[in-house]
Amino acid sequence: MSEVVDQGRRRLLIAATSLTGAVGVGFAATPFLASWKPSARAKALGAPIEIDIGKLEPGAMLKIEWRGKPVWVVRRTAEMLKQLDNAKPFLLDPASDGSVQPDYAKNDARARKPEFFVVLGVCTHLGCSPLPKFEAADVTVSSDWPGGFYCPCHGSKFDLSGRVFKGVPAPSNLAVPPYTFLTDSRILVGSDSAQSA
Amino acid sequence: MGTESDVKAQGAGLWGWITERFPIDEMLREHVTEYWTPKNFNFWYIFGVISGFVLVLQLATGMFLTMSYKPSAAEAFGSVEYIMRDVEWGWLIRYLHSTGASAFFIVVYLHMFRALLYGSYRAPRELVWIFGMVIYLALMAEAFMGYLLPWGNMSYWGAQVIVSLFGTFPIIGNALVEWIRGDYYISDITLNRFFALHVAVIPIVLVFLALAHILALHKVGSLNPDGVEIWDETNERGIPKDGIAFHPYFTVKDLFYISCFMLLFCGIVFFAPTLNGLFLEPPNFEPANAMNTPPHISPVWYFTPFYAMLRAVPSFAGTQVWGVLVMFAAIALLFFLPWIDRSPVKSIRYKGPITKVALGVFVVTFVVLGVCGMKPAVGIYPLLAKIFTVLYFVFFLLMPWYSRIDSVKPVPKRVTYHAH
Amino acid sequence: MRIDKLAPALAALAVLALPLAAFAEEGASFPPAGNDIRNRASLQRGARNFMNYCSGCHSAKFVRYNRVATDLGIPDAELKANLMFTSEKSYETIKIAMPAEDAKKWFGTSPPDLSLIARARGSDYLYAFLRSFYADASKPTGVNNTVLAGTAMPHILADLQGVQSAVFKTEPGEGGAAKSEFEKFELAQPGTLSPEKYDDFVRDTVNFLQYIGEPIEVERRDLGVWVMLFLLVFTAFSYLLYKEYWRDVH
Repeated sequence: MSEVVDQGRRRLLIAATSLTGAVGVGFAATPFLASWKPSARAKALGAPIEIDIGKLEPGAMLKIEWRGKPVWVVRRTAEMLKQLDNAKPFLLDPASDGSVQPDYAKNDARARKPEFFVVLGVCTHLGCSPLPKFEAADVTVSSDWPGGFYCPCHGSKFDLSGRVFKGVPAPSNLAVPPYTFLTDSRILVGSDSAQSA
Repeated sequence: MGTESDVKAQGAGLWGWITERFPIDEMLREHVTEYWTPKNFNFWYIFGVISGFVLVLQLATGMFLTMSYKPSAAEAFGSVEYIMRDVEWGWLIRYLHSTGASAFFIVVYLHMFRALLYGSYRAPRELVWIFGMVIYLALMAEAFMGYLLPWGNMSYWGAQVIVSLFGTFPIIGNALVEWIRGDYYISDITLNRFFALHVAVIPIVLVFLALAHILALHKVGSLNPDGVEIWDETNERGIPKDGIAFHPYFTVKDLFYISCFMLLFCGIVFFAPTLNGLFLEPPNFEPANAMNTPPHISPVWYFTPFYAMLRAVPSFAGTQVWGVLVMFAAIALLFFLPWIDRSPVKSIRYKGPITKVALGVFVVTFVVLGVCGMKPAVGIYPLLAKIFTVLYFVFFLLMPWYSRIDSVKPVPKRVTYHAH
Repeated sequence: MRIDKLAPALAALAVLALPLAAFAEEGASFPPAGNDIRNRASLQRGARNFMNYCSGCHSAKFVRYNRVATDLGIPDAELKANLMFTSEKSYETIKIAMPAEDAKKWFGTSPPDLSLIARARGSDYLYAFLRSFYADASKPTGVNNTVLAGTAMPHILADLQGVQSAVFKTEPGEGGAAKSEFEKFELAQPGTLSPEKYDDFVRDTVNFLQYIGEPIEVERRDLGVWVMLFLLVFTAFSYLLYKEYWRDVH
């Protein structure tokens, strides 16, 4: 009772203990939060997949599932490639500046090789899967339709390179996943190089 | 919030806004800042808070485990290994939970022993004790059901044996066992319902019981190592002379002891998570196999004292139910402690030599029974188990007698405390 | 000394007694395998041994190839060239081609998955087991094992170890029935490895089995040191804080 409380020392110790404690809580929380990251199994299931495109006819489309999403491979004819220019006046982001794609797909064809178009078949509006409408002037879309993809959910339109039209709900072009050619007839979706498989 | 200015302002800002609408201030005062706690608490009084800490730890780690665990016979074992290998940090969460189970029983046993030492269960704290005992029962059920979930071979056969205990009851036995399992053997169906009980039903019950335990305690106030009622001596402000505020004095003290506990706990988690087969048993790293019993099965260590008693009682009059009854009686007796302890004093400090010897023998009894329950029933162990089962019951059944005739020392009016 | 002052010491003793009791319970104990989970070279050799000699019949279905490669520092190319014999991807787990029914037909039982064998049986057991095969013409496989009598597993390391014969000591048991007890092994026909080299081979293999039993073990221990150091600092601060406040209490 005769002792005087040393408030300074008390405050210092409170600060030291609280600070260490806060760091400790941070350390302790990390494993719990990190446990929500994709697990080794999820990574294994989401690993790059090989697709055989050797049997794909010109003008046809192949659908495969990668990481729970449709990936399309379209073998474009010279005709279809020509339509890319015709579509340009309608496009919101013709140079793909505001869209997701690897650098090697940031061109008009949005592809490593213009003939083969690899794209995630997920509408950038709300995640529906657009329908292929490759025929130009398809009456189910519009008479000046240059050919492309049409989303049935909210009417978003994309050209044959997955580039979004002006005045539709989707804000950006269809995303192109990383991929690489293992041979002329085999591609690996999900990886920029043949290294990790 | 400015529009609320006409409401009587207790404090400013958001805190004031809340306190006018929610009794947080009153609750904090009643249970924390103005909960008057005896200043002479010793080492034995830390285990209540630590039990609460472990409860929170088990809830947190358990919730995260359910996010990756699959409660089906086909997937359970694999999903635990998935957690251990594929989920980031899953191994740590799982080890914290499996070690936490054993730690829970260690601290609860020490907490209960504290009550035996100082008569914490004596009037008017009978209900505190009874809530505590129900917590203990719920904890045993929780641990037993949780142990099945990894679906290892020990999980499987442990559940098989314990569930079969209920089959020893005459007439209803068989139907009862089938009802518990929901099948004719321990199956996917059993696993699925044990999972539901383990992660939802019993945890909710446990949390409410823990709150009731604390509320009952705070109604009557904590006892202390001298067994003196601090409210008998109050100062002019009506505060016990030997009471100090729970906060800050016991919050800082408990923080230190929780930290000490964490040192021991993390020592096990990081350096010996199986604790030599005591916390995680080797046969449980093999998947459940209904065709192949492990060579030696025993429950996890915290059940072994009771398991030893079960095995110590021979079948009689054509039924094995006696062992089961003895085991249940051993737990049931604890409920009656507040009434069978007839000593005029509460704390062991002022009790006589008979009580001290009896309590010492009881501790030895509990440990020996625990060891007997772990060992195969061969050699000296069956005999030891029989002797110490008798001693266990003698301790309680003779308590009304020896606690009354034993000599006592004079109890001081105030608690003994020497500042250091 | 007051009984409640003595009690913490008693409680501590009781708590310490439990693991000791469990230790004594282990039953049949085996000489230490002497493997070192931190020895990467040994683990790499063990991985090679496992993939060459064990994985034909035994899966390790919880173990991913790429995890092993990362943990043991095995480059991708080497993993594929020397350790993966199936057409699986490196992120897949170690499975076997042999269907379980065929295994049942050939061995009378399906060979167990080895992911957790070291945790279930212990490294010492495995080390003893793999060194304890001996010729026994009465068995379909031609061998028996002193650690696991009547095992269905053939001695697939016989090329390396050679053929051992077991010497049994026959003692007259009670009631005239002779009781035979294992005494020692004799190397009847040497293998391609000397006995010392064979022991090293088994030790590496067991080391790898211990590693796949708990791939995180080394990291867990290393992290544990930092956790303990941190907790010590926190304990020190909280102790000072506790003592500081309790100066008020007289």
